[in-house]
Amino acid sequence: MGNEITSALRPALVLTILFALLLGLAYPLALTGIGQVVFPAQANGSLLRDGNKLVGSALIGQTFASDRYFQGRPSAAGKGYDGLASSGSNLGPSAQALVDRIKPDIAKARSQGATGALPADLVTASASGLDPDISPASAQLQVARVARARGLPEAQLRALVIAATQYPLLGFLGEERVNVLALNRQLDRIGANTVK
Amino acid sequence: MTVQGWILIAVFVGILLALTKPMGVWLHALFEGRRTPLHLVLGPVERGFYKLSGIDPAAEQGWRKYAVHMLIFNTVLLLFTYAILRLQGVLPFNPLGFPGLSQHLAFNTAISFTTNTNWQSYSGESTMSNLSQMMALTIHNFMSAATGIALAFALFRGFARRSSATIGNFWADMTRVTLYLLLPISVVYAVFLIANGVPQTLAGSVDVTTLEGVKQTLALGPVASQEAIKMIGTNGGGFFNANSAHPFENPNALTNLVQMLSIFVVGFGLTWCFGKAVGNTRQGWAILAAMLILFLAGTTIAYSQEAIGNPVLHHLGIAGGNMEGKEVRFGIAASSLFAVVTTDASCGAVNAMHDSFTALGGLIPLFNIQLGEVVVGGVGAGIYGFLLFAILAVFVAGLMVGRTPEYVGKKIEGREVKLAVLAIAILPLVILGFAAISSVVAPGLAGPLNKGPHGFSEILYAFTSAVGNNGSAFAGLTANTPYYDAMLGIAMWLGRFFVIVPMLAVAGSLAAKKYVPETAGSFPTTGGLWVGLLVGTILILGGLTFLPSLALGPIADHLAMIGGHLS
Repeated sequence: MGNEITSALRPALVLTILFALLLGLAYPLALTGIGQVVFPAQANGSLLRDGNKLVGSALIGQTFASDRYFQGRPSAAGKGYDGLASSGSNLGPSAQALVDRIKPDIAKARSQGATGALPADLVTASASGLDPDISPASAQLQVARVARARGLPEAQLRALVIAATQYPLLGFLGEERVNVLALNRQLDRIGANTVK
Repeated sequence: MTVQGWILIAVFVGILLALTKPMGVWLHALFEGRRTPLHLVLGPVERGFYKLSGIDPAAEQGWRKYAVHMLIFNTVLLLFTYAILRLQGVLPFNPLGFPGLSQHLAFNTAISFTTNTNWQSYSGESTMSNLSQMMALTIHNFMSAATGIALAFALFRGFARRSSATIGNFWADMTRVTLYLLLPISVVYAVFLIANGVPQTLAGSVDVTTLEGVKQTLALGPVASQEAIKMIGTNGGGFFNANSAHPFENPNALTNLVQMLSIFVVGFGLTWCFGKAVGNTRQGWAILAAMLILFLAGTTIAYSQEAIGNPVLHHLGIAGGNMEGKEVRFGIAASSLFAVVTTDASCGAVNAMHDSFTALGGLIPLFNIQLGEVVVGGVGAGIYGFLLFAILAVFVAGLMVGRTPEYVGKKIEGREVKLAVLAIAILPLVILGFAAISSVVAPGLAGPLNKGPHGFSEILYAFTSAVGNNGSAFAGLTANTPYYDAMLGIAMWLGRFFVIVPMLAVAGSLAAKKYVPETAGSFPTTGGLWVGLLVGTILILGGLTFLPSLALGPIADHLAMIGGHLS
């Protein structure tokens, strides 16, 4: 037994160092090199620019409080869409706290004219708290509010939502969804072209 | 449930079945130590590593030596990681200036990654420097996975060899699996992930100004390189707190499919490799069939429950399935499937929050881990766990027909059965014991976020996940406390190595036995009867033990949910 332990020490120590250099340093640094050279946009966070200003990431949702914008899902990441604190709510299915959180969101949707059963994603918190998407139904529910706030015809916004809808890859991979930030940037472009 | 959802599940299984043999053939080459095309490039690295560390890859080891060397290597790795985590504040590659981890968090995390659990008591983006992510954590993602596959090889040799005193060389098995399997796949995989939007940079974060003019700071880092091995090595420790639900870890439905496939693919291949090793690939397919039955049953229940949704929310006027804790781009089907896959295997990555699943939808991930993660299972750990159940299954069959049981040409006798029971019994002992203690002591009761039965489920899930070396969580539990960090750390260590040592003893005992040719009286271990017996043994031995605890947690929660009794 003693001999078995001592005979293991050298390979254990040396291999720890060698593998640390290979897997802990060479591997991630080589990949960083490849990523920065071949896919610089993706490797740095798929950032979106308005001129010189960084306005967000194509993959990460952000908070929209104004009626002039389509709004994303409730977020449990920090105070909402905190890019340093991704998290779901972790509330269980029979939690009083879940119902208490959802009720005001439902009331808000109803006050803006939503009728019938509400799409589930509209009032539930996402897993990451950074979900960039909402369902097309959740986007359509917000059209009336945004149109009123911007003084734009509803039909134009409905068309905008349909144009912004992404469909499942090959018909089965993923869900129909609308990237809220992309939709709102489209919206701002229309706003810029119309006389207020 | 939708047709689209079932197409996803069918395509998922179809791709895996197509990959089983190619992966198995590759694994078998490594099992036998044969040359592969990759030796042209990596052969010098392998030989250099042996030379510098004084290893003779051809020197065979008995089971005791194999076990001791494996344990020493894992202990050295553990101390290495503990040191980096404690010292991260003064080490380089720390763009956000994070301090060193507390003693209890470093203890918990070092064990967690050494044991292939990847339980995370911390939130990655606000705790770990890039050096810690790369050097302290990523290295374990490789080493713990390679250790698991090496151990499976050792057990395969126990069945395959005749009258042999040895079961291989740990260092050679572990090094070959790392260099010729895990590393090359990870490189290609990581490039694929980067192309799809997973960041790979040494920057710590980037500031953006949202359309409404608010500053938003996005955490970045070398994510893709860690993500790749996190999945293929069934580790599951995310770069970010939200794990594979975070858009930077899992940006779209295609990366999600590939992530699910990569959790299972090595495990599928190992079943074929086992069959080949013992001289009859049908033995491997029979094991895979039993695994698939349990997998599809779990998937059907979890998917249907999540698709039905939460009646509490339906009463409030919300339509459809349960979207709390799920991402829109994945939806119900891909989230449910991911949850089943990650807990059938001992991966523990999540793309949805299991804590917010419906009560029965969340029971399935919990139950999957309690079965011992032998439904495909973690790389290596799944198949050696499964073979322990197979030993018990032939023992039960032997009792029924009154013959000494045999399995793939080896007589199964008292010693093997006792050791197999010992290895399997550690799961319920530690899970139920530790969960019971934590349900009565104050620091244990301080943990759960949710009240009522769901709070108990959070505690039960934590210890199940730790002992099963899974790493997923009902994440509402506040686990980064001295109590939980210590208890879960101990649970992870017991769950890993107190299974491995008896398992290696079985390997040694089997290797020493003579080959028993199959006769007309042998119980066939390839047909439907055998598959049924395997499924039954796993469900009864693995599952029944936990039913009372499930009644107190998820089942009580379900009754509360459908009755509208909120807590």
